[in-house]
Amino acid sequence: MSALTDRVLSLVSGDAQADRVVPPTGYTATLTLFAAAVMTFLAVFALALSLATGRLADRWSSELARTSTLRISAPAEQMEAQTRAALRVLETTEGVASARALSTEEQRALLGPWFGPDVPVETLPIPQLVEIVEDSTGYDAAGLRLRLQAEVPGAVLDDHTRWRRPLVTAASRLRLLGLLSMALIGAAMAAMITLAAQASLAANTQVISVLRLVGARDSYITRAFVRRFTLRALGGAGIGMVLGLLAILILPPAQEEGGFLTGLGFVGWHWLWPLILPPLAGAVAFWATRSAARRRLAEMP
Amino acid sequence: MIELENVAYSYGGGELLSDVTLKLAPGSFHFLTGPSGAGKTTLLKLCYAALVPTAGQATLFGQDLREMDRDAVALTRRRIGVVHQDCQFLDHLPISENVALPLVVSGRDALKEQANLKDLLAWVGLSSRANALPPELSGGERQRAALARAIIMSPDVILADEPTGNVDWEMSQRLLTLLVELNRMGKTVLVATHDLSLIRAAKSQVQARVLRIAQRRVQLAGADL
Repeated sequence: MSALTDRVLSLVSGDAQADRVVPPTGYTATLTLFAAAVMTFLAVFALALSLATGRLADRWSSELARTSTLRISAPAEQMEAQTRAALRVLETTEGVASARALSTEEQRALLGPWFGPDVPVETLPIPQLVEIVEDSTGYDAAGLRLRLQAEVPGAVLDDHTRWRRPLVTAASRLRLLGLLSMALIGAAMAAMITLAAQASLAANTQVISVLRLVGARDSYITRAFVRRFTLRALGGAGIGMVLGLLAILILPPAQEEGGFLTGLGFVGWHWLWPLILPPLAGAVAFWATRSAARRRLAEMP
Repeated sequence: MIELENVAYSYGGGELLSDVTLKLAPGSFHFLTGPSGAGKTTLLKLCYAALVPTAGQATLFGQDLREMDRDAVALTRRRIGVVHQDCQFLDHLPISENVALPLVVSGRDALKEQANLKDLLAWVGLSSRANALPPELSGGERQRAALARAIIMSPDVILADEPTGNVDWEMSQRLLTLLVELNRMGKTVLVATHDLSLIRAAKSQVQARVLRIAQRRVQLAGADL
């Protein structure tokens, strides 16, 4: 571990004399810086997407999974009796933590977005809703349906499974898509930096040849190129990360009620996650340049 | 020190050197002559491990060249100073840094060796050109700078490939004098040249063996030189 730390510190601190042996090459420097900045900018969004969909999937799969709705449709004169009967059944059902009938105000609030705030709920033939909260063990939905069928004929149990499952699946796949995007971005960045490093090594064949002539080891030559490209990638990724975070900042803030689109961002300590992107970009550049340099050197006497 | 025994080297299906036996003893001075394309540069490259023989055995400082890994080759090259006809400099660095390059790549602090570097540049007559870039130097200045770089690590052996190829007679005499001085300091010197007048001029200054490459083989040159 300490050897690795020493190597990383040596890479970052560098050797002023050794740094000068590789001539500055304009377009490969710009290409590396640009590729690292753009890829990290995109990676910030992929990370935000992945984290946002992760939150969504967690919420849908955990919070909503613990609640169900009982819908009672009955003539107005029987509604109260059937609601009481349903609550009695639920109170004696194992796995149900609590059950309560929604008040008129709550039902009005639910219908508000469609009919406006002044809808006369009492006069409409709308069903009575009962919110059921499960305990940690959960209840037997099939058994409960059978009991309700016998004792509350107008009740329909909706445990949200039918609509929740595809949403959770979609959110999980979006999260995977975000992670896959990050992997692809990393691979594309590695490919671009490899190309830039190969171009630089090819342009500096004479330099490498002179260094070998005067007794430079392969590790010395490799380190000179690797350090240059790693630091460029780190710098570019730093710029890309800052720009990506600024872009995320100007998106609408994440809100519970805002749905998925306004939630595309970071929450709390998740804002720290993008900080790992520049070191990752540096590691990608390190690996890509070292491989390219070793291949090139192996071809030379 | 450097020994080639029945060495052959082939490239692209053709044999460039055949059955070459050569021994560079410590403190010796050798000239290697022959027409252009005879294989002088190839032989020198075998001597500093830039090429590996296709047959026979090459031994550098007691190590079989075939068994040396790339690190061992690099370390061996620090004991051999090479002067190329085209000098091979890093054109973006001033001459002083080019001359100090062997110190830098071997991990020695070139800044601490500034005094030695100054003395060396003065010895080859380049004190006033220390900050010039290689393309700004004349042919003779470049050759002297290459010689300075070749000896800054105080190598045991100096190999010079056509060191006077691009310079006038006066400058070639000056370079020859420097090589002779190095030999008097105990360095082993091998100079490849097609310039017979240089060899004749050296006769009065140093006891040198003259080898000739002919028909892919190395032989001792006759008294006609």
